[in-house]
Amino acid sequence: MTALLETRGLNKAYGGLHAVRNCSITVREGSITSLIGPNGAGKTTAFDVINGVVSADSGTVIFSGADVTGFFPHKLTRMGMSRTFQITRDLRDMTVLENMVVGSPAHGLRGLIGSKIQLSERERAMELLDFVGITQLADTAANKLSYGQKKLLEFASVLMSDPKLILLDEPAGGVNPALLERIVDRVAALNRSGITFLLVEHKMDMVMQLSDWVIVMAHGEVLAEGTPAEIQGNDIVLDAYLGRA
Amino acid sequence: MTALLDLKEIRTGYGAGPDILHGISLTVEAGRSYCIIGPNGAGKSTLLKLVCGILKPRSGEVLSNGNSVGGLRPDQLLALGISYVPQERTVFPTMTVRENLYMGAYSVEDKDLVEERMDRVLTLFPILDERRSQIAGTLSGGEQQMVTLGRALMVDPKLMMIDEPSLGLAPQVADQIFGTIRQLSQSDTTILLVEQNAQRGLESVDWGIVLDLGAKSFEGPAEGILDDTRIRELYLGTRVSSRGEVEG
Repeated sequence: MTALLETRGLNKAYGGLHAVRNCSITVREGSITSLIGPNGAGKTTAFDVINGVVSADSGTVIFSGADVTGFFPHKLTRMGMSRTFQITRDLRDMTVLENMVVGSPAHGLRGLIGSKIQLSERERAMELLDFVGITQLADTAANKLSYGQKKLLEFASVLMSDPKLILLDEPAGGVNPALLERIVDRVAALNRSGITFLLVEHKMDMVMQLSDWVIVMAHGEVLAEGTPAEIQGNDIVLDAYLGRA
Repeated sequence: MTALLDLKEIRTGYGAGPDILHGISLTVEAGRSYCIIGPNGAGKSTLLKLVCGILKPRSGEVLSNGNSVGGLRPDQLLALGISYVPQERTVFPTMTVRENLYMGAYSVEDKDLVEERMDRVLTLFPILDERRSQIAGTLSGGEQQMVTLGRALMVDPKLMMIDEPSLGLAPQVADQIFGTIRQLSQSDTTILLVEQNAQRGLESVDWGIVLDLGAKSFEGPAEGILDDTRIRELYLGTRVSSRGEVEG
């Protein structure tokens, strides 16, 4: 299997805090790979660097065989890398459908302001809203959605750009069990259709059931990696979670 | 004997969001110190916010010494001796250390009593005594944490709840904080500590309470609780087989 995403020796410090330290990970094409670790391990910072939200102090990010270190998020989106955020953002005055179209790289904000939503865009957006189960909310203002519904909207909107790789940052956080089940099911379905996932998540049952490969970070570094069963049996990983040196 | 704190089947959550605590019941006895542990999202911090009155119970009962206190405001609970040190280190940055400590006693009218407690806090934290006139915003993270602990002690609480005191502190500094908590846990104040760093938190108290998904999983003497076989599943998920299926 080939690597869709690879980082080599990433470092990122915020002042005196070395958030990510010499981080090298590989996400195989077609896999669901999870990045786990105790609070403060550097998972979200690693995401931020990979996704171009912040720039690394050193190290390389390779996506689809190309060096994309320092690329901005919109450029990465066009190349097929999309990302959801831990805290859902809302574009408050826009409807759910309008939010979907903003997520499309074909038009983006300019397309939305300059012209009406094109029919094909609309169809695609409605299809994806249907896929996550919120078509009935298409004309609702996005700021009227529940937290869980916003998560579904964000998930649907990253699909507008036909990504090859989706970075999911805590999709289960604050979501009720029924919605969580839907998200898990949709991720698995998309994965079967060929989309690769890199997931940061604290809900371990979800991580272990979905993932092909689990990478454990602690104190900014990669501590261990392996299959879910291997990671669950790894005492070093457990000790890291419990604060045992 | 009635318990210092008795929670009965509490449900609560934030705003219109889902329940975070799903019918949790637990008892805190005076004279014992506690550390609540559990994976992320277990409801540890939410539990403290409920007890200190920031969150109201959606259902269930909160009893303190047999009296129902569920739904009281934080200041009313403070008057009953329940104090809370939040996770965010919240010193008043432009005030001096002493002024910060005085703020903790804003509800205490007896000036002599306030001075007596000030002396006690400054004895407990010699470094704060040295820096009593320093502007709190210029203190290190560990010293600011001591100010927040000292400030909470100014009401001479019966129950002191401390949320993640080691967060963002260097290990040696965290050691000092845990040392102080250990010391406090041997005083008349009952400590209810929440700590992500389970090992260190448990070393500072007598009793461990393990939460999972908003309910109590189990509890027991702090020493040895991490060796319980249930801990691994809680932190690393329900065991899957090597082929990715859930076992059992």
